[in-house]
Order: sequence, then C-alpha cells, then structure tokens
Amino acid sequence: MSDPGRHPPAHRLPEPDRPWMMRTYAGHSTAKASNELYRRNLAKGQTGLSVAFDLPTQTGYDADHELARGEVGKVGVPIAHRGDMAALMDGIPLDAMNTSMTINATAAWLLALYVVAAEEQGVEQSALQGTTQNDILKEYLSRGTYAFPPGPSMRLIADMVAYTVTEVPKWNPINICSYHLQEAGATPVQEIAYAMSNAIAVLDAVRERVDDELMPTVFARISFFVNAGVRFVEEHAKLRAMGRLWDELGRERYGVEDPRLRRFRYGVQVNSLGLTESQPENNVQRIVLEALAVTLGRSSRARAIQLPAWNEALGLPRPWDQQWSLRIQQVLAFETDVLEYPDIFEGSTVMEGLVDELAEGARAEMAIVAEHGGAVEAVPYMKAALVDSHRARVRRIEAGDLTVVGQNRFTESETSPLTDDAEGGILVVDPDVEAQQRAALEQWRATRDGATVEQALAELARVAGQEHENIMPATIAAARAGATTGEWAQALRDVFGDYRAPTGVGEAVAGAEEDLTELRAEVDRVSDALGRRLKILVGKPGLDGHSNGAEQIAVRARDAGMEVVYEGIRLTPSQIAASALQEGVHVVGLSILSGSHRELIPSVIEALREAGADAPVVVGGIIPEADVAPLREAGVAAVYTPKDFDLNRIMRDIVGLVAQHHGLGAAAA
Amino acid sequence: MTPDRSAPSGAELGERLRAGDLRAAPAVLNLVENRRQGGPQETAALLREVSPAALGGEAPAHVVGVTGPPGAGKSSLLSELVRHWRGEGRSVAVLAVDPTSKRSGGALLGDRARIAFDPADRDVFIRSTAAGDRLGGLAASTRAAAQALAAAFDVVVIETVGVGQSETDVADVADTVAVIVQPGSGDVLQFLKAGIMEVPDVLVVTKADMGAVALSARRDLAAALRALGADTDVVAVSSVAPPSGIDELAAALDAHRREIDLGARRRRARRRHALADFTAEHGERGLRALGGRRAAEEWLEGQDAGLDVPAITRALEARSLEDA
Repeated sequence: MSDPGRHPPAHRLPEPDRPWMMRTYAGHSTAKASNELYRRNLAKGQTGLSVAFDLPTQTGYDADHELARGEVGKVGVPIAHRGDMAALMDGIPLDAMNTSMTINATAAWLLALYVVAAEEQGVEQSALQGTTQNDILKEYLSRGTYAFPPGPSMRLIADMVAYTVTEVPKWNPINICSYHLQEAGATPVQEIAYAMSNAIAVLDAVRERVDDELMPTVFARISFFVNAGVRFVEEHAKLRAMGRLWDELGRERYGVEDPRLRRFRYGVQVNSLGLTESQPENNVQRIVLEALAVTLGRSSRARAIQLPAWNEALGLPRPWDQQWSLRIQQVLAFETDVLEYPDIFEGSTVMEGLVDELAEGARAEMAIVAEHGGAVEAVPYMKAALVDSHRARVRRIEAGDLTVVGQNRFTESETSPLTDDAEGGILVVDPDVEAQQRAALEQWRATRDGATVEQALAELARVAGQEHENIMPATIAAARAGATTGEWAQALRDVFGDYRAPTGVGEAVAGAEEDLTELRAEVDRVSDALGRRLKILVGKPGLDGHSNGAEQIAVRARDAGMEVVYEGIRLTPSQIAASALQEGVHVVGLSILSGSHRELIPSVIEALREAGADAPVVVGGIIPEADVAPLREAGVAAVYTPKDFDLNRIMRDIVGLVAQHHGLGAAAA
Repeated sequence: MTPDRSAPSGAELGERLRAGDLRAAPAVLNLVENRRQGGPQETAALLREVSPAALGGEAPAHVVGVTGPPGAGKSSLLSELVRHWRGEGRSVAVLAVDPTSKRSGGALLGDRARIAFDPADRDVFIRSTAAGDRLGGLAASTRAAAQALAAAFDVVVIETVGVGQSETDVADVADTVAVIVQPGSGDVLQFLKAGIMEVPDVLVVTKADMGAVALSARRDLAAALRALGADTDVVAVSSVAPPSGIDELAAALDAHRREIDLGARRRRARRRHALADFTAEHGERGLRALGGRRAAEEWLEGQDAGLDVPAITRALEARSLEDA
C-alpha cells in the first residue's frame, strides 16, 4: 500500500473515496434566523446547504395572501424578494457554496433571486453550484406545491434547463424526484418507473428548446433525488436498477455516447414515511440503516445526503435533532470503513437478481406510462396507482403483516425522556413571525421603485405569453427590480391559469372486504336512521400539499359505505365551510401536516359556524400532544396523529360521533 | 332528539324557492335525499309548491344536462360555463352525479373539486350526489332537486357520467342536453349511427387546444349528425387557459332553449319523473300492471297537462290498481 509502484489489491481502493456532500434540510421563521442556523450547521461540519422554503414561497404567495395564513415561516423560510435572499446567504460566499433548494413551482424565481444575491456578492452566475428541485410532476402526484397547469409548468422547467446549461453550467437545474413517490406509497418498481418516465418527459421537452449537440450535456445535468426505506438491501438494488435504466435511456433514446455523461447522479433524503410517532427513538436506527442503502455500494453511492430527524412524525425538528442526524452521516463517513472499498456488491448473485427483477418490473411499468402518452398525460393514472399502493401498505400494517416496531408490535414502552420537555421535544415557531414578515413585506414594497417593478412584471407577462421565449432573463430582471414572490407567481397565473391536480381517489379500486362488514353495517344503520347516506367532507385547509393521509381516509370512508366529498388540497376555511354547507355533510375531517393547525383549524370551525353548517369536526395530521387540548377547546371532536394507524377504528369513531351528534345512540352490541 | 327535527318542511322550502331564496338550496337537497319516514311526503309537498300551478307557469330556469364519458373534460368545462353565466349575472345550481360503489354503497364525490367557485358568491350552488342504485342514471332525488331548484335559480345543471343510459335519463329532466366528447372518441360516432345514443341537443368537442385533431372530430361528428337529419350544434371548446369556445357554447345552449316548446318538454319531464318514481316504488310488477312502459307513457300523454309530479304518480298508482 505504501509503495506507489504496486497495484493495490482488487478488494481495496488505493485511497479512500471522498465523502459525499452532507446537508441538512433546514430553514424556518425568517431569513435572518435561518442564516444563523446555516452558519452554525456549516461550523459543525456540514458541507452543503439545503434550503427549506415555507409553503407560501413554494406555492407563489406573499405572506399577506389569504392562503398564507398560519403557514409563514412554518415548514421553511419565507423568501419574498432579493432582500430576503441576501439576508439568507449573508456571510456565506456563494462561489464556494453548494446549495440545494427544495423549490418546484417557483424554482425559476428562486434561482433568479439566488443569481441576484450572488451578483450583489460580486459572484458571477457561471460560478454558482447547486440544485433546484424543479420537478413538477411529483408535485401533482404527491407533494402538492404546484402553482400552474402541467403544460406551462413543463415549459418553465425546460426554460430553466435550457438557460442554465449555458449560463449557469455547474447548476443542476432539476432533481427528478422519486423521493416523494415513495412517501406517497410507491413500491420500488413504481418509484423507478415513474421517476424515469418523468425524466423522459423533461428531456423531451428540453429537446425542443436546445440545439441537438447540446443534448448530451443536458442529459448529464439531470440529477435525481431519491428515497431509501428501511428494507435497505432491496433499496440499494433499486438504486443500481435506476443507474442501469438511466444508462440505457441515455444511450438509446438520447444518443449520449460518452459513458461519463450517462452516470446516474443522485442526492438522497431517506424515508420519512416509515418514521413513527410511537417510540420515536427507534427512528434513529431506521435512519442509520436507510443511510446504508445509499452508501454501501460504491457504484451507486449518493452524491449528497440529508437525513431526517428522529422526531419528524412529532413536529418540526430542533437544531439539536438535526445535529444528531448530521452526526450519523459523519460517523458513517469518518469512523466506518465504507469509503475504503470498491463496489462490495459486484458479483453478488442476490444483488444482480434483485436488480434484474426491479429493472424488468420498471420497464413494464414505464411502457404503461408511455401508452398513456407519457408522464404528463399519465398523471391521473400514476396518482391512482400510488393511492392504491399506499392503501395496500396501510392495510398490511393494520393487519400486522408488515411489522413496524413500537407501532403494531412490541408496543410496550418505558416513558421516553426525549419528549419530556415542555414543548414535547420539537421546535415551535413563534406565531409572531407571520406578522413580522407581513410588516417587513409592506415596508419592502413601500421603499422600492414601484415603476421599475411594474415594468419588469409587464415584461415577464409578455414573455410568459410567448411559448418560445425563455422565461429566465425576464425573471432575473424582475428579481433585480425588487418584485416579490407573490407578484412573480401572480403575473404567471394570470397568463397560465390556475390548476387543481387530480386527487387519485376517484379511480382507486375498492378495498378488501373481510374486515369491513361490521363497519358497513354500522354505516348503513346510521344512514337509515339519518334518512340519507352518511356523508363526510375530507378537507385540507392551508397550503400543505401532503395529501396522502387525507386520500387514505377518503378511500376508506368510501369503502366503509360513506359518501365522501374530497376536493383536494389548498382550501381556505371559507371554501371548506361553503362546501360543507352546500353538500349537507354530517361530519368534517380536516388534515394538516404543516404545523399550521393552531391557526387554521379554529378558523375553519368559525367559518362553519358562520355558514350555518352543523357538522362535528375531526382533525388528523402531525399534531403535537400539547396542541390537542387547545384544539378540543376550539370545538374539535377528535384528534388523530400518526400513531393512530388503524383506519377502521377512526371510521368507527366517526360513525359513532355522527350518531351521537344526531342522538341516534350507540351501535347494537 | 330525532335527526333534522329542526329542518324546514317541504312546503316552507317550496315557498322560499318561489320567493327566490337561493339559500334554501342546501336544505332542499337534504330533504329530497331523505328516505326516512315522512321524507317522500315532504318532497311531494315541496314539488307541489314549485309546480306550474303554484308558480303560475313553467319554472323560469334553464335546466341543462351535461353528460359524456369519463375523462372528456366535463368538470373543467363546467367550471368555465359557470364563470360565463356568473359573468352574465345568472345564478347557477350544479347537481353533479357520481357513480356509487355497488359493494359498499359508498361513493367518492370528486367532481366538485374541479369546479372553481368563489365561496363568498351566494349565487352559485354545487351539490355532489351519488347515483345510488341506478348506475349511470339519475336518482329520484336528483330529478326532484332539479325541478325544485329551477324555481329559484337561473340555470340548473345536471352533470352525469357516461354515454347511453345516462344521457337518456338526463334528457328526461333537462331542457337542453349537451354531450361532451373528446377528439378521437370514435365510440360516440358509432353510438350515434347505431342509434344506441339519442341525438344530443348540443354536441361539445373538448380539448380544442389539440388543434387539427379537435377540428376534424368536430367535422366528423357534424357530418354524422347531418346524415341522421339532426341540426344539432357542434361546438369545439377548450378549458385550458386561455379557454375558448365557451361563449359559443353558452350561446348554442341558449339558442336551443329558445327554439324548443318548453311547456311540452317540461310536461314530458314531469311525466317521466312520475313514472320513474312509480317504478322505483312498485318495480317491474307495477309497470306490468300499467301494461308496460310504452303503454304507460302513451296513457300519460292523455292526462291533464297541469298536473304536478306527485299528482301524476298518484294517478299512475290508481290506474295500476284499477287494471290489476
């Protein structure tokens, strides 16, 4: 080893690999507070930034928009204009930093703000390194922070790719996300197939906007953002299968000759879906095992990793919780020997077999998507398939066929000292943040040059109407002029129109029968007594787009025999109240995961009262224990959290609640 | 406490509708859907209050049926139509009928999601209803609701899914039926030619943003309809921004409404409604007692034109007993 003239043995690398880039998905409250957090994280050995934006920023609303209520600064940082972006990156040299931004519908805008912030630091855009997530299809399928219809959204993505490939050449303009598909219940085969189909849709759209000779470079700029669940052997095989299919795609569909340009590059955030609220300390070992899936095999190792915190199912993680996850990465990279070997799975019969199986399954599923006319056209198909897969998973957990330690097995537990503090072991964002941000925004608008902004927005609107003109220069000009996130998005909404994604629940197939018989009989009994079928409204107030839970409730309620009104995400309290009244529902179920329940739930109850809709309200989502009592005081009949995994029990509660509300008495024994 | 004890009576709701009180709509729907003891009687009372005799003529609304196969783009089109009508200051009620699961009796009512509306706008009312036992067809409550709401709203829309039975059923209730198809759906052409599908009053080809495909579909359908001797309007629309063809479609619907003999169409609707209610109550056996559907329809032709639905139903019942 010490003799440089000798070849190293085949089972060792001459030198250990450099570690992957280590990030923490972070941001909350204000740009200033988040900047302080970033600097602390970098001092702890984090090597890149991963910016979490709040939901108004992600969906293109300013803090003073009606839909932003309760959401400002909650799940991320609010960035309304170049001043906010400059504050966020204050003291962080952007020519040396690698920044990943989880931003999609408004990606072009946030990239523009980042470019302008760099300009202000004297850094040219060509020097910038980082990633904008910019994957709109998975927003329709799972995450819900879309703003525009599919056609214009794909055009914005293609514009960004075409722009960055020459102007910001070290930037990854898009991260094709399979991450959120797994969170929505995707099987490994679905995760691979839908991500690849999505990439094809993007590449095909870009192909129409760039010269042919640029396509290999474009292909090489496409990176992925994947998930890794706790079945880490199969999960590793999944990544190898994705690498194989990506290589095939580059060679066969896009004629990329150079194998280096066909490398499958991905970043990862490991699974949150499998993290539990009960015995949350167990999540630490889940996260460690999941991290192995993306680090063990050298040929398919992640370029960048961010790990969730142990307490994500409880609420927002605190800096200390995130530090713990960063330390997991550092132990793995700097204490273990994973970086010292060539690919340890090469020649493994098991690994080869798994990869073959997954690649074959994914090719078949990709063919189905292609038959629908490609990923954009197949959104309703894929959405319904995901809702079905997720339901199958939920039922396996309910039936005990899928073990979740501490949740449906080995549930006896000592009291956890981790959740013992006053806040229950989570971060609580100061509710005053929203008012501060609104005031700051007002001041920004008052002090900027209004005429310049108006001119820039008019030019933006003009370009938006010209299908073949690139949106980026006008967007950067608007950023420079001092326009706000809400103004940029509204200018485009005016041209592109609004959009609601398919909910996927209408197409979901009916579930298994066995354990629903009793429940259906009870629904029938109460419906007969009511005179018409028991009707429930499932609503998602606010900007939170994580609709998987609401969809599962809606589908199960239907399978139990109820009439279900489900309108999808992003509803204002007054919209929910109007629907509840007009539809004559007997009960309202609300789902919120963004932490805005303390503001939004009482608003919905108030709106229902004003509208004169007489229906009890139940709430589900990530609701910290400390918030349950205030919600009940506000008039909520029942609160469900991730530890309530038995959906049939929730359904029985709801039927009982309606019966009680109408004085119909309990079920016959 | 018994359910809905505080709910207003059928007569009271009928009066409110006659006075143009659109806020009565939710309670009207809750009432007509109520199958409990007393529910049907209250519905009958409501229908008497909004009968031509009580109104002093036919209800002023334009009752529009909108139907077509799944995925044709009905809801987003409807969203644009509602916007158009509201722009003209017309109040709109939409009854969106969704299929029901045969197995559980449950239903996912999803269409509402695709119709954009301002929750503060009291002149728009949208209600999703399950089709109930009649797959692709109309529940008794939907017929009653359409008839009642027509007394207060300017436009009442019944939206159903499917081609075949559903558009026949809707034709029994609506003044004007628009069938929505997307380009490339050759089925509709075949159905029309084979007479499986009744000729619609207005045929709408969606996704006009697809350009040539939509235009050629429009041409083929118009030619097929001419060959059948029908003068149906064929309109091409797009609900993708910027929407197109919506004004033309609204004009075609209005033109049809002006051309028809409204009294005759509504009379037929009431008779079919009564016959459907009768059949729901007495089944095929009851229908046989009337000498079959066709004979019953012929007999109804000779009855007093001013009868309301409950009265016609009673007449059918009397006749079925008399012949038995």
